Amino acid sequence: MFTFVIRRLVYTIILLAIVSLTIFFIFDLIPVDPARLVCSKQCTPSLVEANRHRLGLDVSVLEQWWRFIVGLFAGRTFGEGGIAITCAAPALGYSFSRHECVTTIVAEAFPYTLSLALGAFVLWLSVGISLGVLSARKKGKFADRAASVFVLVGTSLPTFITGILVVLFIVLQFNLVNPLELGNWHSPLTDPLGWLQTFFFPCATLALAYAATYTRFTRSNVIETSSEDFIRTARAKGLSEKVILRKHTLRAALAPIVTIAGLDFAGLLGGAIITEGIFGLNGLGRLSIKAVTQTYDLPIIVSTTLIASAFVLIMNLIVDIAYAFIDPRVRTS
Amino acid sequence: MSKFLEVTNLNVSFPTEDGEVRASNEVSYSVGLGETLAIVGESGSGKSVSNLAVMGLHNPTRTKISGSAVLNLAGGPVDVISASAQTVRNLRGKAMSMIFQDPMSALHPFFTIGDQIAEAWHLYNKGSKKDGIKKATEMLDLVGIPDASSRVHDYPHQFSGGMRQRAMIAMALVNNPSLLIADEPTTALDVTVQSQILQLLKDLQKEFNMAIILITHDLGVVAEVADRICVMYGGRIVEDGTVEDIFYRPEHPYTLGLLNSVPRIDAGESHRLRAIPGQPPSLISLPSGCAFQPRCEYSSKVSSGACTSTVPLLNDKGSGHLSRCHLEVADLNNLVKDKA
Repeated sequence: MFTFVIRRLVYTIILLAIVSLTIFFIFDLIPVDPARLVCSKQCTPSLVEANRHRLGLDVSVLEQWWRFIVGLFAGRTFGEGGIAITCAAPALGYSFSRHECVTTIVAEAFPYTLSLALGAFVLWLSVGISLGVLSARKKGKFADRAASVFVLVGTSLPTFITGILVVLFIVLQFNLVNPLELGNWHSPLTDPLGWLQTFFFPCATLALAYAATYTRFTRSNVIETSSEDFIRTARAKGLSEKVILRKHTLRAALAPIVTIAGLDFAGLLGGAIITEGIFGLNGLGRLSIKAVTQTYDLPIIVSTTLIASAFVLIMNLIVDIAYAFIDPRVRTS
Repeated sequence: MSKFLEVTNLNVSFPTEDGEVRASNEVSYSVGLGETLAIVGESGSGKSVSNLAVMGLHNPTRTKISGSAVLNLAGGPVDVISASAQTVRNLRGKAMSMIFQDPMSALHPFFTIGDQIAEAWHLYNKGSKKDGIKKATEMLDLVGIPDASSRVHDYPHQFSGGMRQRAMIAMALVNNPSLLIADEPTTALDVTVQSQILQLLKDLQKEFNMAIILITHDLGVVAEVADRICVMYGGRIVEDGTVEDIFYRPEHPYTLGLLNSVPRIDAGESHRLRAIPGQPPSLISLPSGCAFQPRCEYSSKVSSGACTSTVPLLNDKGSGHLSRCHLEVADLNNLVKDKA
């Protein structure tokens, strides 16, 4: 088990290095010159060159990547002398549009994204799994049909529609949330009610589509597992239906859900662009979409992309380790 | 004297969109303590279905069951067909147990062998977790798992097929049941392991004085362990007798066909196996009259045409040897002699 984790950890690090290198090469191909963007209208060739040097873009892509990696661990200084700016480790670069270290910007945005992702995750898992189990147990009955209507609605409504409907009705029509308060940060530790006000509806919006898929998935897994031979064995032993469901069926039926739930959650940690946009949450999604479409802020784009892929890779590792605990067949092979 | 299990006129059917599947039709059999009853038949003959009904393992919403299956317990007889689901559940594992065909899929892949056996034990016994594992170790030892005290912590995938079936037997017997239903326990195993498992069942039967119902399509298995044999075809019992009756004095053309289709080591090289022509009948629309009639080579010998019009009765033609055929036994024997 231990060597398995170490091996996977090494793979993860290598993969992250490859992903980051690829991102640097891709962004080198984009026909936007950050050095030119920084000085806007008063650009002279010498000013552009000076900017290029200050941003560290006057060296090869490989060299840029290496400096980025070093900066991650040792911090990094941009420019020299009086105008030098130092970003402490882990330095993700320097944003020329916001004149701030990217690490600071990301650190400001991440709590929004984490709150949104975590809240949605908890909501969709609890709703999806309980509805799925319920409709599997009541297969063909009213509860199952009602759940399948929910699944249909949930999967077919895109987030940008549900999000706008939620804002329209719940926030503006019924004034459940002060529109001026929309998107304000409240720490869940010091002001949990304020945090709920900001995040409950975005989380619910985001969770709806996931909850629907998970309901479907749980339902079919529970039904499939119920017809397994080992469930018949459990029944032949004399176990009660309650114990069979809770211990034998769910254990086997929910194992695959761990995998997809982990990956879905990791995907959201990279930023939920649409939901963040609708509810005015300044998370990673909004940060990167702004950097891509408006400011061409390469250091931010590189960083948010890398963070997103790092989350997916790390979560992959966590899921694999978790799965080894759940399924003994994985452990020994 | 009444036997431990007495199944009388058991009907099991599954309503489907295409019609009612009559999987088990007026089936009666009985088995006493210390006795082994073999139920023989091809796939879909109703042998498993009848016994799953005895165990109460059919889905009640999708199955229609009638008739009776009485367990003569120390506390008085209980009819498991009419008893409440709760009552039957409390008999499962304790009074009656079942092992299944495929030991690969019959054990839960996520729990250790020991946990699964201990779980069955804890249902009917008070004791700590440690006691459960201790009991599981004892049982594994009893069914011949070497190094049981360490193997008890293994998962099913770490066991071979034969060992898993042994573990299943250990689990089924942990509460000392009076009836063990073994549903093709050796079908998924290779031949050497098969005979070991059968020997194990025989030994355990002596030790625990159990009634065993052995469901199989393998006549070799039957000859080795059974006391009595029921041959089933198309959801009905077509012949019922002792091992000697069935093997040496078969009275039903289907039983004859089964025996002829078994390879014999003393038959010589030129001997061809005689398969029974045709297909097993559809249980939704059984052939009119005798279910075996379309495949029966002797049906034309019954002059009245009764084979296609009337279901033959399960006649006792003497000494507890029952068969369901319109032909007189003597006539059948003559016909067989003429052919040979």
